[in-house]
Amino acid sequence: MFAASFVYLFFAVCAWRAGFVSLNGTAAWLDTSAEVGIVALAVGLLMIAGEFDLSIGSVIGATSILFAIGTNHYQMNPWIMLAMCFALGAVTGLVNGAITVKTRLPSFIVTLATNYALIGAALGFSRLLTNTTSSSIQTTPGVELLFGSQWGQANVAVLWWLALTVVATIVLWRTPFGNWVYATGGNESAARGAGVPTGFVKIVLFIVTSLTATLLGVIQAVEFHSGNAANGQGYVFEAPIVAVIGGVLLGGGYGSPLGVFFGSIIFGVITVGIFYAGWNTDWLMLFLGALLLAAVLANSYFRRLALSEG
Amino acid sequence: MTQSDPILQLIGVSKIFAGTQALRNVTISVRPGAVLCLLGDNGAGKSTLIKILSGVHPPSAGAMLVDGVETRFSSPREARAKGVATVHQDVGAIPLMSVTRNFFLGAEPTRGWGPFRLFDSSAAAVAALAAIREFGLTRVTDGEQLVGTLSGGERQALSIARAMYFGARVLILDEPTSALGVKEAAKVLSLVKAARTRGIGIVFITHNARHAMAIGDDFVVLNQGAVAASFRRGEKTREEVLDLMAGGDGSEPRPDLEDDA
Ligand SMILES: Nc1ncnc2c1ncn2[C@@H]1O[C@H](COP(=O)(O)OP(=O)(O)OP(=O)(O)O)[C@@H](O)[C@H]1O
Ligand SMILES: [Mg+2]
Repeated sequence: MFAASFVYLFFAVCAWRAGFVSLNGTAAWLDTSAEVGIVALAVGLLMIAGEFDLSIGSVIGATSILFAIGTNHYQMNPWIMLAMCFALGAVTGLVNGAITVKTRLPSFIVTLATNYALIGAALGFSRLLTNTTSSSIQTTPGVELLFGSQWGQANVAVLWWLALTVVATIVLWRTPFGNWVYATGGNESAARGAGVPTGFVKIVLFIVTSLTATLLGVIQAVEFHSGNAANGQGYVFEAPIVAVIGGVLLGGGYGSPLGVFFGSIIFGVITVGIFYAGWNTDWLMLFLGALLLAAVLANSYFRRLALSEG
Repeated sequence: MTQSDPILQLIGVSKIFAGTQALRNVTISVRPGAVLCLLGDNGAGKSTLIKILSGVHPPSAGAMLVDGVETRFSSPREARAKGVATVHQDVGAIPLMSVTRNFFLGAEPTRGWGPFRLFDSSAAAVAALAAIREFGLTRVTDGEQLVGTLSGGERQALSIARAMYFGARVLILDEPTSALGVKEAAKVLSLVKAARTRGIGIVFITHNARHAMAIGDDFVVLNQGAVAASFRRGEKTREEVLDLMAGGDGSEPRPDLEDDA
């Protein structure tokens, strides 16, 4: 939170003249924060439970193109296509989770593989069916309202982001399932010994993660009025970076949705701040890299501090 | 049923893992209010035995009786529900979680209704602190304290208190003193005595003959998966026990053997 205010003030000063602190500037960084925040939140929960998901990128791309081709090329009802997108997301999460839990392979590799497989399938099928890998979409007012509402520059993603953060916070802190998530990542064999269904916990979180990626894919498709199978790959590493900046331990067992929320704000402020400051956006990577390193060091320091015998 | 009828028995149990025979024809019985010490060298089959008692593995042959009735545990959860609680060697504590959350892990008390049932953290903290205080863990006064800040003996106390709170009748402790210093080990031994006084049947696994002699009522020595000896308190000297653990027949004390702590 401190880091978030600091980064904000930094860009508020540097990009003041360009209107970073204006209504539009604020909406711009909120949008960016919200879009990464929606997936980073779920990726963060999964990391707390000790697993990774690199397949979010292709879920975003695949669901956006599925929605576009279905509504535009085949004139399907947008609500039906919406259901199919979320079904695709759920199945991807289920596959990721089932393979990871059953084989005990590192989810890093499993989801890297599904990321490639799914983007390959999305590109291949869309070219096969429509001869292109991007397509415009058709929607209904209801779909527009849920996934495409805008107030000035601000996008409905911000509301989804806020709502999901609140839900995730309640689930993690105030339900037995939340307790199981921390335990699964903190010491899996001990958790299983205490009767926690750790496989179930992981599979649920993989599905939730893919569903948030689907949500983002649909939001982006509606926002840009087009779907693109190659969309979303940027989030593959941005989401875990944001989670770590937000205080989630790389090894699992610790972190909070509120932390990831502030991590997303930092990400959005930097991304948009650099743009507003008029600097070359190439610097963004440098900023993120340095921040990630600092966050990892701080996290491991706080971890040791928290565990020192008091 | 009298006070000393066994709560838990294994009769002629064998366990075979893909070719290796980890246990052969083992018979033991756990009595209420008594400590059964399970002794044996590395690889003797101690951990395999407790995994069968705690429902992790089914036996390949033989029977398990609870209160004299043949029973099969399909999972550790079922074993716990029938009153058989196990504290594994790594204590099963989760360092980055609070004392309260560790205490109620897998059995979280909830408040509310239907999908809105929420973890009742304040009630949980009160109950957890009261339970661990009974087991001498008075240093912890805040349920939010992380378990990672507790010492090894304190974590044992937490796990034992937890098992007792959830109604254990049989408490299985896998090498509870092996990673502890002298003072902490003594504390854990006194906790075991406290549990015994309450009529709990205890299975105490150890490498350390001194700890075993200090606390045991019944003794079983395992050697290469078979029961090498089974006797009661006072029937054998420490030297004879050490000899049995090293694979001897226990008849001639071996002065060259010293116990490991
Ligand atoms: N899951 C398994 N699969 C195959 N073999 C096993 C398995 N578990 C145990 N064993 C074998 O069974 C034998 C007994 O092992 P066990 O772990 O029960 O010994 P132990 O007495 O607990 O030893 P230690 O003192 O080292 O803990 C060993 O030879 C071990 O290799
Ligand atoms: Mg063992």
